[in-house]
Amino acid sequence: MQKITREVLIAKAEELLSNGTVSKVLGLKKGEFSYDQTPAVFTDIESMKKDFVFDDFSGANFSKYLIKETKKGEGKTLVFLKPCDTYSFNQLLTEHRFDREKVYVVGIACDGMVDIKKIKNAFGDGIVSVDATTDTLKVETLYDGVKEIAKAEVLAERCRNCKSKKHVAYDELIGEDGEVISSNRFDQVDELEKMTADERFAFWQNELSRCIRCNACRDVCPACTCEKCVFDNPNSGVQNKAAANSFEEQMFHIIRAFHVAGRCTDCGECSRVCPQQIPLHLLNRKFIKDINGFYGDYQAGEEVGNRAPLVNYTKEDLEPSEAVNKGDK
Amino acid sequence: MQRIGVFVCWCGSNIAGTVDVVKVAEALKSEPGVVHSANYQYMCSQAGQQLIKDAIKEHNLTGIVVCSCSPRMHEATFRKTAAAAGLNPYMVEIANIREQCSWIHKDMQEGTEKAIVLGRTAIAKVNLNAPLKPGESPVTKRALVIGGGIAGIQTALDIADAGFEVDIVEKKPTIGGKMAQLDKTFPTLDCAACILTPKMVDVAQHEKIRIFSYSEVEEVKGFVGNFDVKIRKKARYVKEDVCTGCGLCTEKCPMKKVPNDFNLGMDNKRAIYIPFAQAVPKIATIDADYCNMLKNGKCGVCAKVCTAKAIDYTQKDEFVEEKYGAIVAATGFNPISMDKFDEFAYSQSKDVITSLEFERLMNAAGPTAGKLLRPSDGVHPHKIVFVQCVGSRCASCAEKGKEYCSKICCMYTAKHAMLTRDKYPDTDVTVFYIDVRTPGKQFDEFYRRAAEEYGVHYIKGMVGKVSPEGNKLIVQGSDLIANKQLKIEADLVVLAAAIEPDKSARPLATMLTASMDTNDFFTEAHPKLRPVESPTAGIFLSGACQGPKDIPETVSQAGAAAAKVIGLLAKDKLTGNPCVAQSDELMCNGCSSCEKVCPYGAITYADKEFRGPNRTTLIRRVAQVNEAICQGCGCCTVACPSGAMDLKGFANKQIMAEVDAICK
Amino acid sequence: MQVNEYKPKIVAFCCNWCSYAGADLAGSNRLAYPAEVKVIRVPCSCRVNPMFILRAFQRGADGVILCGCHPGDCHYTSGNYYTRRRMALLFSMLDYLGIEKERTRVEWVSAAEGAKFAATMNDFVKTVTALGENKRLEDLRCKK
Repeated sequence: MQKITREVLIAKAEELLSNGTVSKVLGLKKGEFSYDQTPAVFTDIESMKKDFVFDDFSGANFSKYLIKETKKGEGKTLVFLKPCDTYSFNQLLTEHRFDREKVYVVGIACDGMVDIKKIKNAFGDGIVSVDATTDTLKVETLYDGVKEIAKAEVLAERCRNCKSKKHVAYDELIGEDGEVISSNRFDQVDELEKMTADERFAFWQNELSRCIRCNACRDVCPACTCEKCVFDNPNSGVQNKAAANSFEEQMFHIIRAFHVAGRCTDCGECSRVCPQQIPLHLLNRKFIKDINGFYGDYQAGEEVGNRAPLVNYTKEDLEPSEAVNKGDK
Repeated sequence: MQRIGVFVCWCGSNIAGTVDVVKVAEALKSEPGVVHSANYQYMCSQAGQQLIKDAIKEHNLTGIVVCSCSPRMHEATFRKTAAAAGLNPYMVEIANIREQCSWIHKDMQEGTEKAIVLGRTAIAKVNLNAPLKPGESPVTKRALVIGGGIAGIQTALDIADAGFEVDIVEKKPTIGGKMAQLDKTFPTLDCAACILTPKMVDVAQHEKIRIFSYSEVEEVKGFVGNFDVKIRKKARYVKEDVCTGCGLCTEKCPMKKVPNDFNLGMDNKRAIYIPFAQAVPKIATIDADYCNMLKNGKCGVCAKVCTAKAIDYTQKDEFVEEKYGAIVAATGFNPISMDKFDEFAYSQSKDVITSLEFERLMNAAGPTAGKLLRPSDGVHPHKIVFVQCVGSRCASCAEKGKEYCSKICCMYTAKHAMLTRDKYPDTDVTVFYIDVRTPGKQFDEFYRRAAEEYGVHYIKGMVGKVSPEGNKLIVQGSDLIANKQLKIEADLVVLAAAIEPDKSARPLATMLTASMDTNDFFTEAHPKLRPVESPTAGIFLSGACQGPKDIPETVSQAGAAAAKVIGLLAKDKLTGNPCVAQSDELMCNGCSSCEKVCPYGAITYADKEFRGPNRTTLIRRVAQVNEAICQGCGCCTVACPSGAMDLKGFANKQIMAEVDAICK
Repeated sequence: MQVNEYKPKIVAFCCNWCSYAGADLAGSNRLAYPAEVKVIRVPCSCRVNPMFILRAFQRGADGVILCGCHPGDCHYTSGNYYTRRRMALLFSMLDYLGIEKERTRVEWVSAAEGAKFAATMNDFVKTVTALGENKRLEDLRCKK
């Protein structure tokens, strides 16, 4: 597989900017640390050469940014999408969230992104920089000098259980397209289902009680694209800013997962950005697993225009009582 | 802040027997917003209603809660009471303390406590009620009937007789539909043409009815009372207003080998044709697939012989746009294709025919001028086997047949058998059946006559295989009652092919946003109580497009559909249910979830301009609810993640308030 | 005397056309069920937002039951089919979070099934009473 590097992407951007195909590029620039990257819009190649970054930390799913970006000005926006991002891209198109004609998608092959939280878990907080150009990462730490760790060990959870190397949307590809792959992404859901209700409750109580309602999961989620979230909507009856008590968080996360059920592509952004390391993807994957089990396999974003399972039905659907008893152990 | 009045009804001893109404009225006095609380023996009586009216005026009430019987009983009553006192009728809420409290509880304390909670819940809701005004929309007093078979004809005549204009759109060159192809009709054996053609003439002559023959519906916009429909008049290459229907062209056209679809391809017609002698309108039509003049510019015979100068080879499809208040779907049915039933040798032998083909063979205007002759050699058949349920009740073979019963086959097969035996007593007739279903007036008597008086052999069992052998057909079947396998040598085999909705129904349903079942039959608004209406307001169903039907049933349904249309068109304005969905455009992100779950197609999208940051404008796609179409189920409100879609009268906040009040 | 007896709080969402009428019929036939059941009338079971159910639990309900027309009989033709999917997923999720699955239920009750309505409520109240107070989902702050 061709290794996608910063230079390859800049060259592609230069070509598309100069021949007028696109008028701007959506990408990442360096944040405070090299592993801490920030989305940025580049309108000329010079600024891109200066600030654009791309490495194994560039995992952000850009599809959501297109909603706002395509509404600004004329011309197309260039965006580099990993296979998993293209599912979100299609799902957003299905929901009429932006104009396809205003985007130029370059699909880029991906062999997995690195999760800085896993590096921090291994070496502590004082990470100065990480060289992620080879399969062995060189981690410069504040207190212990340079350490090495295999990329496979710090692969993001969503990449470890990557569901597809295939791009479902693109205008052109860099590298070869992969295949949909069978993953073990439901294993953890299975494990939880096998527990007793008390154990499950304890597990989630422990996880969700850490929530600080920063809304990062909501803000990053490419399925959470409401103009105004229901939790900010004064007419919803559930508007609230933050909560000190467990149930508010549970309600928020249950409702959020429910609202994206059938629309969530399992891109894993929610868990990636959670500062409290709550495994939010396990809520989404529960819905995905149930949907697959109850109504037949469904992958959100596989094709533009697919009807999501919650806006669909068959006369033979299972009863809610059967649904809960399926997980009965 | 609302000023709420609470009125607790005793309902004689019905409520007061197990609920301390005085205590309830007293307790509810201190609920938020309540400024007045009263109790009375019979709130629904004139005196009780007067008490409410007086209190509304005296205390300037902005909302009332009546603690009484079920809202299904008297909500309408108390809404009228409120309206009479100048209060918006939708500022009334009912606490059901009879059916759901006093009648089911024996203990006074328990009943009273629950009644207080129920009252409190209603108060919590009414605190958030807003005055609602039902929307009004005008009604275009004209109906469109799609399909000109017996169903469409009957519906059109009934509507027109009530004084409303009706247009019939028929895709074929003539109205009449399937019934025109039938020979005799069960259970009376009237000749189909004798009872149908006078109705066709009535349609043609009715001053309120227009027929768009050889036309199809192209586009439907609008909603109940206000449909805009675009109709495509297909080019027939004959000027409709000039052609006299003399038929000379159809005799002189040199193109003689055009399969005659009216006779199901069993004989030929010319490239210019009139489907049958009693066609309405009686106008010639050129079949462009066969006409030499249209295909390669050589011929022109019909134009030469036409003394009226009606032929126009340059004619193009024309479009007519018209407004309607109501639309009736009467698209009818067709026998299913026999392609997948090769075991019956339909494609191998000309002497295996469908029942509809048999109708044509028996008909005096058919390919054999009414003589029963084998299609292969024109010889009179002496042994006929009828096979019932070919493709019907076919649960295990859904890919080729239909799961449902086609309903009409048992009766027409009995008819065919009887007619054959009557006209040709030398012919032996055998019928293979799964069950004989005869639930209709005079139906079972009819079948018994066939079996008992006319000597038709009825054999319970299915035919497994038909194989042509020489000029005979070997029919292998089982006799389930005698428990043996049969091998019958037949001259003619007639298949009772299942019927299915016409192929045009599905795209039409999409245009009408009318729902269909998995078999492509139109769904009725309620299977028992609203059988002739589609769930989509203003769309009505007539005939077999809603389900398999015989003629008597079709005509009844056609009349019922007409009655519903008349009821609609008789109104000058439609008053809607004000408890409909409403979209907050500022919150909506145009994702289309709501539209997908709406059973009525009430939700559409529009690109709207919004103010963006820094004096910019943003164009966003937002949902809009057509209040005239929305029925207020609220399904969209749950599909909407942001809460932009809400239901008036049952708003998110109101229901939350009720939940809170109960759980307090 | 009744002070120590635990009485659960039950919220029952009933669709206007079938289940609410079924509840009325239970009343007309004097078929008793516990006073703990309080009905909220909604036009269709598909009007019931999962938020309402969670809200009820948050405010101290011990059980929430949702009643609608039988599948195929929805007044609005398809509303209860959506309800069925939504609630199947929601209930499965609540179970996944460790919340007792007996606290939630969907039941199809027609306008003619007064007896079924009463029997359903009797059974549901019995089940929830056996579970005891809803501690897992109740937001303690809302407790007065």
